[in-house]
Amino acid sequence: MSILTKIEGEFDSLLHHLNGKSGWSWNRLREEAFENFKKLGIPTVKNEDWKYSSLKGLEKYDYTLSASASLRPEELAALPFADLEGLQMVFVNGIFSAALSSPLLNEKIKVLDFREAEKVIPEVLSEYYGKSLDIEKEGLTALNMAISREGAVIYVPDNTTLEKPVVIRHIHATGQEHIKNSVHHLAVIGKNAEAKIVEIFRNIGDNSSFTNIVTEIFVGEEARADYYKIQDENDASFHVGTTQVTQKDRSYFYAATFTVNGGFVRNNLNLVLAGEHIESHMYGLYIPNGSQHVDNHTLVDHQMPNSESNELYKGILDGRSKGVFNGKIFVRQDAQKTNAYQNCRNVILSESAAMNTKPQLEIWADDVKCSHGTTTGKLDDDAIFYMQSRGIPKAEAIKLQLAAFAEDVVSQIKWEVLREELDVLILKKLQS
Amino acid sequence: MLNISNLQARVESKEILKGINLEVRPGEVHAIMGPNGSGKSTLASVLAGRETFEVTGGSVEFKGKDLLELAPEERAAEGIFLAFQYPIEIPGVTTINFLKTAINQVRKYHGREPLDAAQFLKLMKEKAKTVKIDDQLLRRSLNEGFSGGEKKRNEIFQMAMLEPTLAILDETDSGLDIDALRIVADGVNQLRSKDRSFIVVTHYQRLLEYIVPDYVHVLYNGRIVKSGTKELALELEEKGYDWIKTEADSVSA
Repeated sequence: MSILTKIEGEFDSLLHHLNGKSGWSWNRLREEAFENFKKLGIPTVKNEDWKYSSLKGLEKYDYTLSASASLRPEELAALPFADLEGLQMVFVNGIFSAALSSPLLNEKIKVLDFREAEKVIPEVLSEYYGKSLDIEKEGLTALNMAISREGAVIYVPDNTTLEKPVVIRHIHATGQEHIKNSVHHLAVIGKNAEAKIVEIFRNIGDNSSFTNIVTEIFVGEEARADYYKIQDENDASFHVGTTQVTQKDRSYFYAATFTVNGGFVRNNLNLVLAGEHIESHMYGLYIPNGSQHVDNHTLVDHQMPNSESNELYKGILDGRSKGVFNGKIFVRQDAQKTNAYQNCRNVILSESAAMNTKPQLEIWADDVKCSHGTTTGKLDDDAIFYMQSRGIPKAEAIKLQLAAFAEDVVSQIKWEVLREELDVLILKKLQS
Repeated sequence: MLNISNLQARVESKEILKGINLEVRPGEVHAIMGPNGSGKSTLASVLAGRETFEVTGGSVEFKGKDLLELAPEERAAEGIFLAFQYPIEIPGVTTINFLKTAINQVRKYHGREPLDAAQFLKLMKEKAKTVKIDDQLLRRSLNEGFSGGEKKRNEIFQMAMLEPTLAILDETDSGLDIDALRIVADGVNQLRSKDRSFIVVTHYQRLLEYIVPDYVHVLYNGRIVKSGTKELALELEEKGYDWIKTEADSVSA
């Protein structure tokens, strides 16, 4: 059975299952989204935005959608970042695990799974869910919109602060089967509200996982949101993720994306700056080796005047790995006095590794400050010899230099426990 | 301590060292002078183990070991230190972190326990005082944005920390004003001892007013063509290198 035929079957049975159910069923929206998916399909390299990233490898695997699997607490505790405190939202094979999670439901703040949110805050879902997504262009986003019934819904109303971070853990139990999952998170951070979110992705087992995930974040006026994405999936994994952010006046948004490991990774990080005096930061680090493939597409859309965006992505590529960075910055005609900075720097450790970088600045306003730069180079032999001449063995010298290269992305993480664990994972990967 | 015999080296297909002979005993200071392009810096780099240069003949014995068999880091651990003509900037690595790694790697080489943070800081403070280097500088990324004088002083500081038995100073005087030169020379003089030897590579006699050598050698066209005592340096200062070139060219012709 072809992958598309299988998806159609899955969608039909979902519709059948939802039909006639009372409440908030989304059937019409799902059908519309699925029609779009059928038109768009799974992207191929013929699509300009997917030119360097082929999903053909998906055909090798026969995936089971959201296969149920139970995970014991001690299995979870043995994984990296186990000590990360916060409101735990655990998804095993794309299905929310109530047993392993600690949602929050008080008078104001809600951190719930999607199905609970359907009951408790349907009005928030109808106002925001899927509303920032472009399902006309991205086939897999449309597919996610059509079939996802899982996700975290984070609602932080005006003038409130979510004291604890939300720790979303995606565990792919790929010991027996190849698993696919379609999770869709929604975070609504109200006016003058604050929240911190981390998503962590990890396999247990060596089979393939296909993750098609969407995270929508709405950052209200004067609100602040910090968002971390940590990818530590296995070499057979496929990950296509879209993080769609909408910011209002005087808001602050910070994103840090760390791709420690993964077979195929495509991250879309899209920021719409729909207000004035907005501040946005985007950091990224990817360290592929072997035949891993990491593609980061970012888009910053400056729609209004007086905002600032700042972006720094860094890559260390070894083996036959491939990296892609595509950074779009739009400065609309109204967006005078925009400051937008973008920088992508890469180190290639082997002859067979390759990096494709493409900054894309489209500026319609005339009074703006924009800069971009990309560099791709080898390790500095002079620096390595300098270190050796002081008694540091070559392998150590390389490690020290790579850690230093990654340092300015890692060191800006204010969340200490997260940074320390990440440091360990990165060093371990660089040593392999 | 160091015995260089008929050392030959090239970079790509260009012969640079064409048979160097030099013996350095403990506690001695040898100055290597010579016109630009004579091979002075190449000799310094070859002794430190830089891979860009290919040794094509001869031998180098250091404390009874075949130096050419050792990796650069092993040479360092055995007690060779090269003060670079152009110290490298390494963003993201502080001098402190760099030296702590270096010292503990050298200790590991000799089968000794690493220094803990307190021991290291104590040693560092002591040595920083000796060579008059500001603590603040050591907390910054290694050599990044340092002035020429600060970089050279940092080299001398690293030398003080690593306590080599043979220190090779590669044009440490280049680009320094007289005050900076004095500070650097003071640092070197503090480190002189009966067990520690120096090879001072320089184009000018100026540095040798402050670091007084026991022997002066003139390197020209890949060979040591003249050796003498510190008076030779003065003669070179006065007469330039042309007479040496003429002399050497007529011998080889």
